[in-house]
Amino acid sequence: MKNVLQLAYLIPLFPLLGFLINGLGRNKLSKGVIGTIGSGAILASFIVSLILFFQVKGGNTEVVNYFNFISVGNLSIPFAFQIDQLSSIFLLIITGVGFLIHVYSTSYMHDEKPEHFARYFAYLNLFVFSMLLLVMGANFVIMFIGWEGVGLCSYLLIGFWFKKPEYNKAASKAFIMNRIGDLAFLIALFWLIGKVGSVSFTEVFSAEGLAKLSTTDITVITLLLFVGATGKSAQIPLYTWLPDAMAGPTPVSALIHAATMVTAGIYMIARSNVLYSLAPDVLNIIAWVGLATALLAASIALKQNDIKKVLAYSTVSQLGFMFLALGTGAYGAAVFHVMTHAFFKALMFLGSGSVIHAMGGEQDIRKMGGLSKKMPVTFWTFVIGCVAIAGIPPLSGFFSKDAILLSAYAKSPVMYGIALFAALLTAFYMFRLLFITFTGKFRGTHEQEHHLHESPKAMTLPLIVLAILSVIGGFVGVPAVLGGSDELIHFLSPVIAIAEGHHISHTTEYILMGLSTVLVLGMVLGAWVIYKNYKEKENTGFAKVLENKWYVDELYDTIIVKPLKVLADFLNNIFDKKVVDGLVNGVGRLVNYGGRQFRWIQSGQVGSYVLLMVVSILLIFVVQFFLRK
Amino acid sequence: MPINYYIFLSLALFAIGMIGVLTRRNAIIIFMCVELMLNAVNLLLVAFSKMHYLSAGSPFSTAGTDGQLFVFFIMVVAAAEVSVGLAIIVMMYRNIHSVDVNFLNRLKH
Repeated sequence: MKNVLQLAYLIPLFPLLGFLINGLGRNKLSKGVIGTIGSGAILASFIVSLILFFQVKGGNTEVVNYFNFISVGNLSIPFAFQIDQLSSIFLLIITGVGFLIHVYSTSYMHDEKPEHFARYFAYLNLFVFSMLLLVMGANFVIMFIGWEGVGLCSYLLIGFWFKKPEYNKAASKAFIMNRIGDLAFLIALFWLIGKVGSVSFTEVFSAEGLAKLSTTDITVITLLLFVGATGKSAQIPLYTWLPDAMAGPTPVSALIHAATMVTAGIYMIARSNVLYSLAPDVLNIIAWVGLATALLAASIALKQNDIKKVLAYSTVSQLGFMFLALGTGAYGAAVFHVMTHAFFKALMFLGSGSVIHAMGGEQDIRKMGGLSKKMPVTFWTFVIGCVAIAGIPPLSGFFSKDAILLSAYAKSPVMYGIALFAALLTAFYMFRLLFITFTGKFRGTHEQEHHLHESPKAMTLPLIVLAILSVIGGFVGVPAVLGGSDELIHFLSPVIAIAEGHHISHTTEYILMGLSTVLVLGMVLGAWVIYKNYKEKENTGFAKVLENKWYVDELYDTIIVKPLKVLADFLNNIFDKKVVDGLVNGVGRLVNYGGRQFRWIQSGQVGSYVLLMVVSILLIFVVQFFLRK
Repeated sequence: MPINYYIFLSLALFAIGMIGVLTRRNAIIIFMCVELMLNAVNLLLVAFSKMHYLSAGSPFSTAGTDGQLFVFFIMVVAAAEVSVGLAIIVMMYRNIHSVDVNFLNRLKH
């Protein structure tokens, strides 16, 4: 083989095969075989991804063309994969974390019937396949295929336990919210085709491609792409689907929130960074939307009592940070945070899954407490996850969050202040969750207490691996002031231009780092004091608003869903029954009436028919004569 | 002879045929009037064909021959029509002992 990068097609092929085998053989295969196929497919992809990563690291990047996918008129869209620094990083995250989640699932989903077990793994593989297509595609169309595939799979997996109506509703909600974003993405796509005549990244982002776009075009396209990203990556105003997506099995939440799906928006904007850098207004909007989302979601997470809901809002909040980084032009920092977030958020979701597993399906942290003694591995890995997400050095979250905060400070100190506040909230609610769940007295039933146990190896091993990654993951991006060299940013520099050196002195940088670290530690201490011996009490006033998620769902319900329902009712009862049916029935009645009125013509007299015929023909001649000009 | 003569003769024949169809009640006479109309058209076609024939100047020109072609078609169709039509009239006479078309209004009911 001339070029190893040609092997790129294997990466999505393995999960696709896994999907087909598990999906078609779901009634015949045993659980062991299904789990092995499902996990093995992702492992194989991971190995190929590693090979490609080292190729890319050696400077070998390429757009691999396979065949002509669509060819209409002057437009030709190849089916091609782009293997470069950005996509290889994402490939490693997706297949690596995805593999751990698959292994974990073999144990977590073990109580399902074989055919559902197989269905689960088939969907999971399809999900990974779509995500791989999304990040590997060398043009917007291939990316869009993956984009839609991810949306479909999230629908299938969130509604995996389809017998419960509210789970189906959550699945539909996720799907519909995503559709709103997808529409914007699609319009941006058509806009690009119309103006540039190509959707390939290399062509659109080249000097000739950009020359065909006016400033307005770039602004509109980037804004539309961003709207698409808000749908997938759960930003204001389209974030409400993500907390509801907790209806799916816990490993699915880990997959959606850590390795795949929600990072799609970040990836897309990071990939299009050339366009975005030309649209400073849009970048501003992105930064502020990200900031607002980070703050809003963090405030909601303070008062949630469902272990998975806290993590869900935490994800929304962290995604807000990533968008803040994108908006301030620090694309590399955003990708860095995607990576570290993938590690510690997957860790915490799988940890919460382990807790839920031990509690026999209970998700309410008010009914937990004191679990640290019964499940030490889960506890300690969860602690590492919390420390990492809170941004305490030297764990991974510190470095990526610090990079984001720094770039926010370079943009404007106000942004920095708000972002720091959101980061402090993050530390507070994560440790609140940790203390309520794992310390104090057990508050569940006796039966549950008796049942408490550490999870099996297949579940704890991924936790340990992810914990190690959460600890060391940050060292690929140690900033210069701390003696590092920003390796990740430099690695990505061929795809993402390094932002012009922000004019922050090293002293300021040290002060900012010290300030955030001290404040975070203070928050952790505060959470310890308040929640080490948690007792249940009713929320009042502002806390109640937070517990009810700022009533955003209710607001959407009132201003969008209800009016739409009224409109639908009107269309159904009035418009359809009266106007449409009336029109159809009216035509029928008119014909009926006309027939009765003209019955006398059919007299049965042959002579009268002939006469009518002759008169008619003469009439036609006369009309012809006068109309002939 | 000028073409006008043919046109007027054809028109007259056609008009006679039409009036016959409209006014007469005897099925056989109506039938004959229809034939008259057909032949009026045939006459006109032949006349125009003759007028256009060789008008292109070349002895190998086929101008106007298609008119004659149509005449043959019409004659064949008319012959077929006669055989069917007469058979219908015979059947009609057997059933109602009359060839008056005004008796044939029972389809109405």
